[in-house]
Amino acid sequence: MIKINDISKSFSDKQVLTGISGEFEKGKTNLIIGSSGTGKSVLLKCIVGLIQPDTGNVYFDLRNFTEADKEMKSEIRREIGMLFQGGALFDSKNVEENVMFPLNILTKMNAEEKMDRVNFCLKRVGLEGVNKKMPSEISGGMKKRVGIARAIVNNPNYLFCDEPNSGLDPQTSILIDELIMEITHEFDITTVVVTHDMNSVLGIGEKIMFLYKGSKLWEGSNNDLTHSGVKELDDFVFTNKVMRSLKDAQITGNSK
Amino acid sequence: MQIGLKSILLFMLVSSFMGAVTTLQTGANLVSPFVPRFIISNVVREMTILELAPTIMAVIYAGKVGSSMAGGLGTMRITEQIDALEVMGINSASYLVLPKIIASILMYPLLVIVAAVCALMGGYVVGTLTGLITPTEYIYGIRYGFNEYFITFAMIKSFVFAFLISTISSLKGYYTQGGALEVGIASTQAVTTSIIAILLADYFLAYLLI
Repeated sequence: MIKINDISKSFSDKQVLTGISGEFEKGKTNLIIGSSGTGKSVLLKCIVGLIQPDTGNVYFDLRNFTEADKEMKSEIRREIGMLFQGGALFDSKNVEENVMFPLNILTKMNAEEKMDRVNFCLKRVGLEGVNKKMPSEISGGMKKRVGIARAIVNNPNYLFCDEPNSGLDPQTSILIDELIMEITHEFDITTVVVTHDMNSVLGIGEKIMFLYKGSKLWEGSNNDLTHSGVKELDDFVFTNKVMRSLKDAQITGNSK
Repeated sequence: MQIGLKSILLFMLVSSFMGAVTTLQTGANLVSPFVPRFIISNVVREMTILELAPTIMAVIYAGKVGSSMAGGLGTMRITEQIDALEVMGINSASYLVLPKIIASILMYPLLVIVAAVCALMGGYVVGTLTGLITPTEYIYGIRYGFNEYFITFAMIKSFVFAFLISTISSLKGYYTQGGALEVGIASTQAVTTSIIAILLADYFLAYLLI
């Protein structure tokens, strides 16, 4: 479980996050949603330590990450896997080397064990036979899957995904979402996903935190979305006709 | 290693032509019958060892390798590859920048030696083929009044320039913010700043060590 307490962050005179607190539960896909520029990615970066928050603390299973010493931070970071928006694969390394990279740096496995683990992870994300391909030779969806394989190769306790569906077609997006959810349940890890993709919100949002103008406005699950009573959330989630009709259908169904 | 290997052809080409042109121009300016012809290769040697090989090559090195370092690191920054390293608990600065500095410090002096040899050979070929100087005179001029300290001085300059170029270029790239446009700007700034640093260092080293 990850707990955040009163996280605030500003850049120059611009307040990006204001006093955000909440919990991300273990074994669930926890979503941070909100429109562009609300501070979702900044919050995620504050949680993983890429950005130091101005105030507040982040706890990884009761371990205070924000105020931890260098050793403790390294220890916690070894338990973190992260999928970046564009995959963030190392251009100079092939798929296999990319996935093996955390094992080379963080473990003392021998070559055979590392190879087995890499092949297991690539198989788990549905990528076999692409070991020797370079990142420039694979599609955007495959890059995301390699990114997921790299994120889980070190058996993380915490998985972070920054807009895993950006730039992907709807079908591939759903596949990536399902993969993230399956991995979360299979390995019983705490997963935090930043997204503004409505399919993801409805499909894998077991726990959702809604950010609006840098503040947390609502928290709940995808089942609670239709009756949140928060206008800003309604405006964000049920913007298009399809989503509105979906909401109407659910409300009508519930009232019957 | 790649830093050196991928630059060696350019260095050999540029330095050979520089040696050749220096020989021709020195020869053209030595019109007095009282000045022996071996002075041509003597001047070429001094110019090559003291200035052309370490300093002019440093400018070329900044343009080729420095811009590549800044561009590579800048791209890694904007595509979140550096963030990925940080999340894994790796000190990205020491992981990415330190090897570049060490590689430069090791490889650049070797490139300078190659460039110096090529420049002297370029001068020899052009000087003898055009009949400006005989092979014997050229070799004699190269050996005449040789001061070994100038080699040490050239090597000191090489180490300093290599450190400046790799450090400046790496930092410009490492701290890139924004997108593709900023990566280009970082590369340009890396070259510009490196060249200014080289010229300033060249002046101070000459002032202090000669």
